Amino acid sequence: MLFSVLVETRLRPGIADPQGATIERSLPALGFEGISGVRVGKAFRFVVEAADEDTARSHADEVTQRFLINPVIEDADVSLSVAETV
Amino acid sequence: MAPRIGVVVFPGSNCELDAVEAIEDLGGDAELLWHGDADLHQVDAVVLPGGFAHGDYLRPGAIARFSPVMEGVRALADAGGPVVGICNGFQVLAEAGLVPGALQKNRGLKFLCTTTRLRVETTSSALTAEAIVGDVLRIPINHFEGNYTCDPATLAMLRSEDRVVVRYLDNPNGSVDDIAGVCNEGRNVVGLMPHPERACHPLVGSTDGAVLLRSLLVSAGAKV
Repeated sequence: MLFSVLVETRLRPGIADPQGATIERSLPALGFEGISGVRVGKAFRFVVEAADEDTARSHADEVTQRFLINPVIEDADVSLSVAETV
Repeated sequence: MAPRIGVVVFPGSNCELDAVEAIEDLGGDAELLWHGDADLHQVDAVVLPGGFAHGDYLRPGAIARFSPVMEGVRALADAGGPVVGICNGFQVLAEAGLVPGALQKNRGLKFLCTTTRLRVETTSSALTAEAIVGDVLRIPINHFEGNYTCDPATLAMLRSEDRVVVRYLDNPNGSVDDIAGVCNEGRNVVGLMPHPERACHPLVGSTDGAVLLRSLLVSAGAKV
């Protein structure tokens, strides 16, 4: 079976986010009011082939923890769904 | 016999020849090591040089840490051999977990290329054995992601175990506690953002990096 995976990463709470802070500071000048707490992250999308959803999830979790994020500074949410066959 | 220092070349490294030249000027025997070869050819110490290993894709050092040579580097480090990561090399060591913490984008989001003043904080490391605590060294930096960060517990440990090797006098990049370089628990693995190999000749404006690389040669020689 094929599973579509979406991994969203962001800096952990308490880790300074210079990109997010810069974006947030620029918002009022552009006329956007009332926006705060800007944090910049990354998103990864890929397809996993596995016998079942649990196996696919464990593969996706492992690649996320070992490679896609640096656990010292980043967290990730991994979501997974059965891929639509073409 | 001159200590043999292996300088690792990843695809995208660009400071390896500066490192080789500085090491040889100081009387060491430098040898380039290709990242795809896990065999370190019996060198006494390893330098991971600056640059953009594997294009810095994903995160600086994130792909390089899986290069075959890192198996050899880890084995050398575990055996107490001196390993120094400079700039991108520091990022590789941090990603590999050979030194604690992580390096993120500079505060201010600017690529910084300037001379910094560093204070030597400990002489108990492979990179500072020949220096004096309190020495102020003028050494250049050249990085976008040199903002050292770690959690409060790790910072407390680094401070209590005297593992901050060098600090910036004028913190250029937002690093926590002005940290420019740290070492591992065994004190034989050191990572730092500034480039001592670029401050080893009067022609480039400073020779203050020589004491650090000389320390590396002495540490490497002690292992022979």
